[in-house]
Amino acid sequence: MKVAILQMEGTNCEEESYIAFKESGFEPEYLHINLLKKGMLEKYDMIFIPGGFSSGDYVRAGAIFAARLKAKVWNDLKRFVEEGKPVMGVCNGFQVLIELGLLPGTDGISEEPEAALATNESNRFECRWVYLKKSSDSIFSKHVDDVTTLPVAHAEGRFLADKKIIEKVEEQNQVVFRYVAPDGSKPDYPWNPNGSVNDIAALVNSYGNVFGIMPHPERAFFWYQHPDWNRVKREMGDGWQIFNSLFREIIEAKNR
Amino acid sequence: MLKLVVVVKFKEGIDDPEGKSITHSLNLLGFENVKKVNVAKQYEIFVDVDVSKGREIGEKIVKKLLVNPVIHDYELRVEEI
Repeated sequence: MKVAILQMEGTNCEEESYIAFKESGFEPEYLHINLLKKGMLEKYDMIFIPGGFSSGDYVRAGAIFAARLKAKVWNDLKRFVEEGKPVMGVCNGFQVLIELGLLPGTDGISEEPEAALATNESNRFECRWVYLKKSSDSIFSKHVDDVTTLPVAHAEGRFLADKKIIEKVEEQNQVVFRYVAPDGSKPDYPWNPNGSVNDIAALVNSYGNVFGIMPHPERAFFWYQHPDWNRVKREMGDGWQIFNSLFREIIEAKNR
Repeated sequence: MLKLVVVVKFKEGIDDPEGKSITHSLNLLGFENVKKVNVAKQYEIFVDVDVSKGREIGEKIVKKLLVNPVIHDYELRVEEI
């Protein structure tokens, strides 16, 4: 299964992401937006938009990346999503998917953004480990534990949308992970690091194949990347569970 | 030559953390009567087109990149220079 890892000026999580896919049984390939041409995405089975920055995150985080993708391959991207192939964005990649209108995608694909990942309530770059509670099963989360811990690193991660969109997102069970306090209760700052509505940390579209997450699973792929590595025994990092979930739901399911 | 001036601000009711920070700082600096600060971004875009096309191009630029309609309002002015 070939995964296109998209890059742009400022992308900086592509190597960890590449390793995460490779170690999980996928065939990742880097694909820089400046090399991207119409018709090129067809040969891939999945698209991944990594974290970092894009074009200095000027205007809004992810906005320039999204506008460039839209100008170049919008029809190809829409076809990719409509065919049911998986698309995943982490951090800046999540911001790109929101700006494209592929997420929350309450009604499939939207030509205009339906939501925003706005500046954190704290008005700061928030960089720390957070707890996530699984809120729904999807191909990205089916084999993920109920509570996991992953690092966040962003200045713009506060999920905002009109009331109607948020209601629809909840009704359709599109929230995949929510921030949670260490004791499992509803989180205040800093456990909800950005002030996201309903503590939303990750979303899937209504088709179930486009997934965006603010925390970085690729940065917690191996057990030794966790800060409590010498106190808590793990075979793999918590972030691995997301890639493994994809592997089991897509590749294993195909061979079954 | 035209100058397109685009001011992008938060919609009424959308929280503006930068504005809040600045309000707080101004209060600390002794401006106790400052109650609220709204932060907006101003773009000045210079384009070499006829004045009749200015607004149309400005609107396109705004829609394609500068504004997320979920959180932003904007003003667009077209000036001949």
